[in-house]
Amino acid sequence: MTHVRPEEQAREPGAVGVPEAEEGVRARRMTGHVSRWMSRRLRIGGRGLVIAIPYVWLLLFFLLPFAIVFKISFAEYRLGLPPYTALVEWAEGTYLRIQLAIGNYQFLLEDPLYVEAYLGSLKMATVSTILTLLVGYPMAYAIAKARPSTRNMLLLLVILPFWTSFLIRVYAWIGILKSNGLLNNFLMWTGIINEPLPLLYNEFSVYLGITYSYLPFMILPLYANLEKLDRSLLEAAADLGAKPWKAFLTVTLPLSVPGIVAGSLLVFIPAVGEFVIPDLLGGPETLMIGRVLWSEFFNNRDWPVASAVAIAMLVLLVVPIMLFQHYQARDAKKES
Amino acid sequence: MGRNRSFFLLTALGLGFAFLYVPILLLIIYSFNENRLVTVWSGFSTKWYLELFQDDNILDAAWVSLRVAVFSATIATILGTIAGMVMARFGRFRGRTMFSGMLSAPLVMPEVITGLSLLLLFVALEQAIGIPAGRGVSTITIAHSTFTMAFVAVIIQSRLAQMDESVEEAALDLGARPAKVFFAITLPIISPAIVAGWLLAFTMSLDDLVVASFTSGPASTTLPMVVFSSVRLGVSPKINALATLLVLVAALTILLAAWFMRRQEAQRDKAAAAAAAEEERF
Repeated sequence: MTHVRPEEQAREPGAVGVPEAEEGVRARRMTGHVSRWMSRRLRIGGRGLVIAIPYVWLLLFFLLPFAIVFKISFAEYRLGLPPYTALVEWAEGTYLRIQLAIGNYQFLLEDPLYVEAYLGSLKMATVSTILTLLVGYPMAYAIAKARPSTRNMLLLLVILPFWTSFLIRVYAWIGILKSNGLLNNFLMWTGIINEPLPLLYNEFSVYLGITYSYLPFMILPLYANLEKLDRSLLEAAADLGAKPWKAFLTVTLPLSVPGIVAGSLLVFIPAVGEFVIPDLLGGPETLMIGRVLWSEFFNNRDWPVASAVAIAMLVLLVVPIMLFQHYQARDAKKES
Repeated sequence: MGRNRSFFLLTALGLGFAFLYVPILLLIIYSFNENRLVTVWSGFSTKWYLELFQDDNILDAAWVSLRVAVFSATIATILGTIAGMVMARFGRFRGRTMFSGMLSAPLVMPEVITGLSLLLLFVALEQAIGIPAGRGVSTITIAHSTFTMAFVAVIIQSRLAQMDESVEEAALDLGARPAKVFFAITLPIISPAIVAGWLLAFTMSLDDLVVASFTSGPASTTLPMVVFSSVRLGVSPKINALATLLVLVAALTILLAAWFMRRQEAQRDKAAAAAAAEEERF
């Protein structure tokens, strides 16, 4: 990503990397200043245009929507379409009236439901990230240690569930965990338990669901990191008399921290806003902020409060998202 | 010690894969259960599959989902390829930091936020300029294109980073215009990554519930939305049958893609070896 061709550096930013020699030939072929100027404009335009296509798309459909959410979070609910008040209005046709309602945010802070959902999301996401790490690390480590021929096969097996429907993988657990479900039936059949265990519609099932659904996101960055690990460091540790566990704790683990951070962020950030898993597997007391946003929007039809919840969630996630981008940019730099 | 460790790793791998696959396997097995109660086995039957194909609700939703997935995957692949190219090859330009930020944020952005923000944008645009008029397939397509293009861009960018740039540079030195270099050299080389990106965008779109729920209109219910409202009411053998078909399609797609990519790579290696042999002769 830092690669800049020498001829590009020599010219003003925005010009295309055409070698100097070719430029000379073409310039000679041209008649008059106007066409030269035009071609220069066009070529600059060419590069600019290429950048502009995805840039404008993202500005319009990614950044602008956030601005609108922010704006509407200061509006008030009203009946009608759209179901929120305008912030800026012509009052009696003579002067502009600006109304900022901060009531939505005050509401979020005062109503224990929102505070609880906020903290609940943090707790659920943290615990499930740790669980995912505990399950995923040994798997990633084992895959990185496997023979190269089996390695690709194992990686494919990790990725495959990720390609099958997320909703359906969550649904699969309902049939397994519910009180007359497969797991309880099996345990009662073997005689281990006499009464069905309450496995579904509680925090346990949500942890299980998040860990299950996000496991590939943890394993892949961990694997990418562990695979690049310099084996000679471990050999050196062994030569110096370190036991394998000690070598793991003092060499492998510290070196795999970037992989751990990347994988954890990939699990933690979406898990905070997760809606489907707490809604399908969680009980009524499993409050998570994504679920609250959903019900504010779809059940209460209160768009301003839903927007305020979204902004509150974003504030919570700004630091993790920036950390993620930092790692992402560093990885890209390392690759090239 | 060494044997202990490899035993531990093998166990972790075995249990991990069992954790990943047993639920899906059980789902598939019980889709052939004759009983209406999903978890009580009473005999083999394919009747739920027949019922599935007579359910107009599900078929209509599947058609909406399929259209959205094809359109949005195509848009996302075009935009994502350009974006990956910009990130990997264009060096510095004004606004690059913001561009890379906007490109990678959708990878982790909670879906409820993406969905809500896009809906509010569509409503505001409709009020301001009258486009889009109402919500439906087109708004879901735009929303899906936006969040899947980031995944395509990551795939393309990492493929370009691994690629040997000297071929492109040679073509530029020989006087090819940048656009020609892209279409004649870069594009063929990264085509497996483009195919992979399209397939990923396609499956993500087909799978999405949250963003589609926010951005869809009354006449455009997608398949995950139908599945979700049915699942909320409890498990049903028909959903098991539908799930089995979806898993089957996904598995076939990824195996086909893996095979295709391996073949491409093998062909390229062969061509490279032949070229090297040719060179040696002179």
